[in-house]
Amino acid sequence: MTSQSPVIEELLDGSYEYGFSTDLDTDIAPPGLNEDVVRLISAKKGEPEWLLEWRLKAFAAWQAMDEPDWAKLDIEPIDYQSISYWAAPKPKPTLDSMDDVDPEIREMFDKLGIPLHEQKMLSNVAIDAVVDSVSVTTTFKATLAEAGVIFCSFSEAVREHPDLVREHLGSVVPFRDNYFAALNSAVFSDGSFCYIPTGVRCPMELSTYFRINSQNTGQFERTLIVAEDDSYVSYLEGCTAPMRDENQLHAAVVELVAKDRATIKYSTVQNWYPGDDNGVGGIYNFVTKRGRAHTDAKISWTQVETGSAITWKYPSVILQGDRSVGEFYSVALSNKRQQADTGTKMVHIGADTSSTVISKGISAGHGRNTYRGLVKMLRSADNARNYTQCDSLLIGKECAANTIPYIEVKNPTGQVEHEASTSTVGEDQLYYCRQRGMTEEDAMAMIVNGFCREVFGELPMEFAVEAQRLLSVSLEGSVG
Amino acid sequence: MLHVENLTVSIGDKRILRGLDLDVRPGEVHAIMGPNGSGKSTFAHALAGREGYDVGGTATLDGADLLEMEPEERAAAGVFMGFQYPVEIPGVNNMYFLRTALNSVRQARGEDEVSAREFLEVAKRAMQLVDMNPDFLQRSVNAGFSGGEKKRNEILQMAVMEPRLAVLDETDSGLDIDALKVVASGVHALRGPERSMVVITHYQRLLEYITPDFVHVLVDGRIVESGDSSLALHLDDHGYAQFLAVAPGDEQRSLAATRS
Repeated sequence: MTSQSPVIEELLDGSYEYGFSTDLDTDIAPPGLNEDVVRLISAKKGEPEWLLEWRLKAFAAWQAMDEPDWAKLDIEPIDYQSISYWAAPKPKPTLDSMDDVDPEIREMFDKLGIPLHEQKMLSNVAIDAVVDSVSVTTTFKATLAEAGVIFCSFSEAVREHPDLVREHLGSVVPFRDNYFAALNSAVFSDGSFCYIPTGVRCPMELSTYFRINSQNTGQFERTLIVAEDDSYVSYLEGCTAPMRDENQLHAAVVELVAKDRATIKYSTVQNWYPGDDNGVGGIYNFVTKRGRAHTDAKISWTQVETGSAITWKYPSVILQGDRSVGEFYSVALSNKRQQADTGTKMVHIGADTSSTVISKGISAGHGRNTYRGLVKMLRSADNARNYTQCDSLLIGKECAANTIPYIEVKNPTGQVEHEASTSTVGEDQLYYCRQRGMTEEDAMAMIVNGFCREVFGELPMEFAVEAQRLLSVSLEGSVG
Repeated sequence: MLHVENLTVSIGDKRILRGLDLDVRPGEVHAIMGPNGSGKSTFAHALAGREGYDVGGTATLDGADLLEMEPEERAAAGVFMGFQYPVEIPGVNNMYFLRTALNSVRQARGEDEVSAREFLEVAKRAMQLVDMNPDFLQRSVNAGFSGGEKKRNEILQMAVMEPRLAVLDETDSGLDIDALKVVASGVHALRGPERSMVVITHYQRLLEYITPDFVHVLVDGRIVESGDSSLALHLDDHGYAQFLAVAPGDEQRSLAATRS
C-alpha cells in the first residue's frame, strides 16, 4: 500500500465507546505489595490456611523472578508497589434475585450492552458478573445445580468446594510457571469456578463478564474449569473496562482441565481500554491461559482481542492423553498505539494428538501485532499432527505485523503444517464497495469481518454478532 | 440524462482527459473505443468517483452534479461501473455483498431494505441472465474466480442494482467467445428505455453482440470522432492510426505523424 487516505485515518479514529466510570463505594487497600498484603487478601476473603500458604509460596517465587522481556513489546516499567491489590464493592447481603443488584451496577452493565435480565436476550446464558474483585451476582444457579454443574465465584468455591479447588488449583498453571502467573497466584482476588460432573453436558453456555472498575487497582482473576469424563461445557468470557489515564495491570490465570472424552470450549471477547491516540492509559493484559486435555478430550480456545494497550497472552493446550485435540482460533486487532504479542502453545504428549491454530492479526494505525506460537511434539507423541495458519491484515502504512512460529518435533512421525500470509486493506477494495453504494465505514467493516470469518464461525452465535460489532467499533468512527 | 462537458482529469502531473464532451440520452447505448492509454478507463473512473483524480469540467446525471458526490452517493444516484479488474474480497460471500450493496443504495434513496427472501428472488433472476450456478452466491466476492466469472459477476451485480447509468469498463477483456456471448446477452437483456449504458472497449468484438447507438473514438483524452455502429467496423479494419496522426494537443506526435 503506497498511501493512506485521510478517510481511512478518520475511520480508524474511533474513540472508546465504553469510556465511562461508575461511582461505587469501594473498599480499597493501600498501594503496595508485601507478605502482609497477601495475608490481608487471604484474611479478607476468609480463606483456609492451605490457600494462604499456597499464596505465600507463590509470592516468594514471584520475588525471585524477573519480568519477561522476550516479547516484541515496549512496556513502560511497572511499579508493582504503586498498585493496590485489593478493591471490593462494599459488602452487601446475599442477593436473592436480580432485583437486589445495585442499580448503579446494573446501569453500568446496561451501558455495556450486557443484559443481566434473565428473561431477556441471554435467556440461555448464565452470567457470573465480576465487578472489580468480587462476584456480585450469579444467575441461573438453580438450573445448573439441577444438572450438578457448579458455577460460582472462586471465593465461593474455596468455601463450598475446597477439595475440588485444592485438587486442581495450580495443576495446569503452577505458580512458578511465569512471572505474571506467580503474581496472580499470590494476590488473586476472585474469579470463576466451574465444575461439570461426569457425563454431563452443561445445559447452557456459561458467561462471565469481567470488568475493571476502580482506578489503580490491578485485577487478578483466577478461573478454574474442571470437566469430568464425558462432559461438555462452553464458556464465554467478555471484557470491557472504563477509560483510565493510568495504566492498569491485568494478570489473570485461567486453568482448564478436560478429563477423558470431555470437551471444553472457551471463548473470549476482550475489549479493555486500549489507551488514547498517543498510547497514554490503557490496560496491560498479561494473561496465562492453559488447558490440559486427557485421553480423547478436546480443548478449544477462541479469542477476539480488540482492546488493551498491551496484550501478552498465549492460550495453550497440553495434549496429554492419546487422541486429544487442541484448537486455537484468534482475532487480534491492534490500532492506535496498541501492541499485541499473542499466539498459542500446543504441546503434544499423547499419541495421535492433533492441534489446529488459526490466527488472524489485524494491525491499524501505529498498532503492532505479533503472532508467537509454539508447536511442540514430544518423543511420546506418535503420529501427532498440527496445522497452523497465520494471516495478517495491515491497514495503513504505520502499522506492523510479525509472525514468529516455534516448532519442536522430537518424534519422526509428527506432521506439522504452517501457512502464513500478509495482506492489506486496499484503496481498491474500499472503492469497489463504495461504487456499489456502501459507505467507507461499512466497506471497511465488511472487509475486516470477511478476513476474520473463520474465527467468528467458531464463536457461539450471540458472541459472534457482538464480536463483529466490536471489531467494527474498534476500527471505525461509528461511536454511539 | 448523462451530460459531460469539457471534462478534464489529471493524475499527479499527468493530464489524461483533455476536455471530453459526451451526451447520453435515456435508453441509449454508447460505445467508447480507443487505443491503450487514450483515457478510456480514466473516464469511467472519473464518472464513478475514484480518489486521487484532479477533475475539471462538468458531469451531470439527470441534472445532478456527479463530480460533487462521493462514490457511494453516485451509486445511489444510479451510477454503476463494471470494473475491468473486479476486486477480490476474501471471506465476504457474494450474496451478502450484493444484498448489502442493494440495501445501501435503497437506504440512501429512502427506500425500504429488501428482506433476505425478496433478495433471493432478485438474485435468482439476475443469475439466470448470466448463466451462473447458484453456489456462486456462497463464494467469496471474486476470490478465486476465473476472469470470465469475475466479469459475469459484474453483470450480475448490474442486474441486481438496476442502475440508471451503467459504465462498463472493458468488460470484454480477457473473455473467451462463450463468456463474451453470455456477458453480451446479459447486457442486452438489461437494456431498457430508462437505462443508459456507456460501453468501453478496446476491440470491436463485443459490439458484434451489443449494437450501440453511437460509437465514439477517444484518443489522447478527447473524443475525436463519433458515429453510428458502422464506425466500429471501420475501426476494426483500419485501426486507430489515422486518429493518432491528427489527435490535437500532442504537437510532437502530430508533427512526427506529418513528417512520416
